[in-house]
Amino acid sequence: MTAPSSDSLANLERVVEDANTAFGATVSTAELEQAKARFLGKSGVLSELLKGLGRLPADQRPAAGSRINVVKQQVEQALERRRAELSQAALSARLAEEAIDITLPGRQRGGGGIHPVVRTWQRIEEIFASIGFDVADGPEIETDWFNFTALNQPENHPARSMHDTFYVEDGLLLRTHTSPMQVRYARQHTPPIRVIAPGRTYRVDSDATHSPMFHQVEGLWIGEDVSFADLKGVYTDFLRSFFETDRLRVRFRPSFFPFTEPSAEIDMAFDSGPLKGRWLEISGAGQVHPAVIRNFGLDPERWIGFAFGSGLERLTMLRYGIDDLRLFFEGDLRFLRQFSA
Amino acid sequence: MQFSEAWLREWVDPQLDTAQLTHLLTMSGLEVESCEPVAPAFSGIVVGTVRAVAPHPNADKLRVCAVDVGGERLLQIVCGAPNVAAGMNAPVALVGARLPAREGLAAPEISRVAMRGIDSEGMLCSTRELGLSDDHGGLMPLPSDAMPGTDVRRLLALDDHRILIKLTPNRPDCLSIHGLAREVSALTGVPVRAPAIEPVPARCDARFPVRISDPAGCGRFTARVIRGVDAGAPTPAWMRERLERAGQRSISALVDVTNYVMLELGRPLHVYDLDKLADGIDVRFGRPGERLELLNEQIVALEPDVLAITDGSGPIGLAGIMGGDSTKAELTTRNVLLEAAFFFPEAIAGRARRYNFTSDAGHRFERGVDFDNNLAGIERATRLILDTCGGEPGPVEDHVVRLPQRLPVRMRAARAQRVIGVPVPHAEMESILHRLGLQSSAEGQGDARAFVVTPPSYRFDIQIEEDLIEEIARVHGFERIPAEPPRAAARMRAVPEERRSLHRLRAVLAGLGYQEVINFSFVEPGWEARLAGNASPIRVLNPIASQLSVMRSSLLGGLIDNIRYNINRRQSRVRVFEVGRTFLRAAGAPDGPLEVAGIRQPVRIAAAAFGPAATEQWGSSDRQVDFFDMKGDLEVLLGAGDAAFERAEHPALHPGRSARVLLGGTPIGWVGELHPRWQQEFELPTSAVLFELDAAPLQQLTFPAYEPVSKFPLVIRDLSILVDAGLPVGTILEELRTAGWAVVQSVTLFDLYQGVGIPEGKKSLAFRVLFQDTQRTLTDAKVDQVMQEMRARLGECFGAQLRGNEGQLQ
Repeated sequence: MTAPSSDSLANLERVVEDANTAFGATVSTAELEQAKARFLGKSGVLSELLKGLGRLPADQRPAAGSRINVVKQQVEQALERRRAELSQAALSARLAEEAIDITLPGRQRGGGGIHPVVRTWQRIEEIFASIGFDVADGPEIETDWFNFTALNQPENHPARSMHDTFYVEDGLLLRTHTSPMQVRYARQHTPPIRVIAPGRTYRVDSDATHSPMFHQVEGLWIGEDVSFADLKGVYTDFLRSFFETDRLRVRFRPSFFPFTEPSAEIDMAFDSGPLKGRWLEISGAGQVHPAVIRNFGLDPERWIGFAFGSGLERLTMLRYGIDDLRLFFEGDLRFLRQFSA
Repeated sequence: MQFSEAWLREWVDPQLDTAQLTHLLTMSGLEVESCEPVAPAFSGIVVGTVRAVAPHPNADKLRVCAVDVGGERLLQIVCGAPNVAAGMNAPVALVGARLPAREGLAAPEISRVAMRGIDSEGMLCSTRELGLSDDHGGLMPLPSDAMPGTDVRRLLALDDHRILIKLTPNRPDCLSIHGLAREVSALTGVPVRAPAIEPVPARCDARFPVRISDPAGCGRFTARVIRGVDAGAPTPAWMRERLERAGQRSISALVDVTNYVMLELGRPLHVYDLDKLADGIDVRFGRPGERLELLNEQIVALEPDVLAITDGSGPIGLAGIMGGDSTKAELTTRNVLLEAAFFFPEAIAGRARRYNFTSDAGHRFERGVDFDNNLAGIERATRLILDTCGGEPGPVEDHVVRLPQRLPVRMRAARAQRVIGVPVPHAEMESILHRLGLQSSAEGQGDARAFVVTPPSYRFDIQIEEDLIEEIARVHGFERIPAEPPRAAARMRAVPEERRSLHRLRAVLAGLGYQEVINFSFVEPGWEARLAGNASPIRVLNPIASQLSVMRSSLLGGLIDNIRYNINRRQSRVRVFEVGRTFLRAAGAPDGPLEVAGIRQPVRIAAAAFGPAATEQWGSSDRQVDFFDMKGDLEVLLGAGDAAFERAEHPALHPGRSARVLLGGTPIGWVGELHPRWQQEFELPTSAVLFELDAAPLQQLTFPAYEPVSKFPLVIRDLSILVDAGLPVGTILEELRTAGWAVVQSVTLFDLYQGVGIPEGKKSLAFRVLFQDTQRTLTDAKVDQVMQEMRARLGECFGAQLRGNEGQLQ
């Protein structure tokens, strides 16, 4: 073993260059480890140089030693750099290999959905809940008393012929409107009463624009000063909320229902769209008749208020532009799925 | 009520065009359903008198006519109508005339043309060419006394509309021109010009005896005999025209007159052939066994609450509804008896409906007919009959036994303002009442102001204060009442946390891929009997169709039918659900706040699945939906509830693949595969799986019960056993979960195997058991001990044999 010649010391910078070249030429971690041995291994270039330090004159040793150490550190850094490069390349290769076609469709259970009429039903509940209305539900096979008599329609009243009633056994009937729920609810609660009662109703009628079963929503607000003007305010607000537009007109027309007085038919007309300008009947409403308030078990001198009833199918058809009532009851998935969003 | 606009304007003629008039009626509560011109637009059509008819030299079917249109010379018009004849009057379209537009084409204009070489200076017209009917049999004959050159629109009063109004049952007073005129006058302030009705003096002393035995039904019977009428005389054209525009067919002069007076004055009349009447008339309620043939040839059996007109022969008419066939006036009738009666609405209401027909008179009497215009009606009809049919009237005999009482109704101004929500001034209220012809007197001052009204004989809808408030609101104008957001106390309304709405249940099923449907509540009786196993369903007495004649006790039939419907429309995968009431007999169940005695109406929630387990796609194997898919979905819907499944049979379900569902030990419904019999009957290519549950128990949630999360490590062990293949796994799980090892957190089945390597008749089960102690770290010894106890218990209870390779997992 010879002392490091001034020549070999002079070439120290070349060692760093050589190491960089050798490391850079490797393409795998294994190759890199082999190349590392050539420079940093026990018999590597730098180890040999360090071993030879002892043979240098003492006064040259510190300077030579520190020069070799600097070079060694540079070689180690080059090694680390290359290690990181190789590892990054390996990860990138793996990620590239694992890539999938993200445009393939996802695994699904198939889209379910809520029936469009029920969608309307839910929206109406939410709209009325926002001003403090409760929701009630009750029997569909009704007694004559709740469906007619309590609503000021005694037997033989000509108004009864306005409803073609389905009868079942024992003098019971299928409710012709949701109005019986006014009476049932009001008899169980104390005023002020604010409630809507959506549900199924039945009439002997079946053609392109009538279904023997359909849905209504009843609304009732009883208080000490709930007036016809309040009815106009609430129902107009409701229509604008339901159709999400102020661009519609609402008119109240005098009419007759045995259970309200004054009574009104409510018509609406859109200011735009395919039905623009046409008056569309949308609801029957009015101030609850004093005889009905008495059947609520309340004193009509103290308690007054309004009631309304609207068809859910009609509202749904106007909302979504559906042109055939029968679609609601055919169970055709091609129709119903359009409302699944 | 349909009527001619011109007729109404003869009674009251406000400065409003047709559109304004119909809007006024609609906005006052007399809803105009339709308003059609009686004739389409055309111009330049005049009366022409055919003076001479000559053959056309070049055409066999055409004639050359000389027509007088009131000008200096006759026009030469070529005409092909078979009925053209010299001397007749017919409409002539002059050169420059416009005929009605037809089938979307522009209105044709008449010009001078040569027809087969002969000049034609206009066109003789048929009713069809004028758009008045579809009849094209020939020229439209015009009255022989019409002056040539007269405008045909004016001659036939064709600038008129047929207006149809939909009257509400409370306004029978508007079922006449007179009543409508009163209403228009009240709304516009324009006075009514009623034609004068002069009494027609008697010219003979002919009378007919009348008795009213039942004043509860008949309050007034006004009668008059007219002798020597010519019942075959034609109805005057003007009357026919008004009847036609009111939607009434002309029948005979006598009947037309009674219909005319009913339309004009709202006064129903009846005319009898006096010579067919026996003894005297008695108005009384029917007697058991009495029968009557009506004018419409229907034979009805009278009942003790049906009011009848009778004579010596028995019943001869349903009072106020329809006359009888035996005493009807015919074209040969010579002597008649006119009736103008008042029948009480409660004695008439619903009776015609009971016999399944309607009549104009019945429609009016059951709502209320003016009891003060009997004499006016009789006099008006007498005049019209004499003018048309001649004859000698006898004296009017007016039998009055009981008239409706008109009690004063008091309306407090303050109450009216409170109900309407607008401070309508007192003076305006007074003016509205006055214009409506409601005689009122004012009482009190300021807040105590009240108006007392005695309703007139023609108003049957004014009995209480609200009836007057409605009149004030209506005439004040609903449009003038402001629509403002109401004020109310802002109280919060919290929904109980332990309840979920039906909408939330719907959302769960929709999230699981099911589409909501709505099926009819009435179903095919066969479904109830055989699919739902309900031998006595609740029947609909008047169903719209026999396949919709019983109330459903199960939602399943509808859902299976939905599957069939969608398969027929090439849908290969169907997931549907419905939420709705079902209807069951419940003998002895009482009435309740939300219940009807004798019937239970529980809301149910049901779902059905058909076709592949997954939607058609590339990424998972193709497998048909099965019981366990459905059970899994059902378990999601049940949530954390304490559910159990027990083997049981249901008529709709496969007996080996169906289960009764219990929640907290109470049966709440079913889950299973459709019975192969029903699969075949509904023609489904593969089976379907279904469930149906009571909704109410599902709406009940358990309030979350917090327990501290254990700080000690979880120990996981597997337990593999062999048991008889027929042993339900549920019983083993139940045993392991409930046997009472406090440190056992959960037991899950993670493998089930039968086949190669397993003895015949056995199955291999592997459970994963999670152990944890909330107080201390579990020792292996403790876990080993519990595992040992479990193995022993399973061996003891189920004859389970241990399998090897039990692993220990950390």
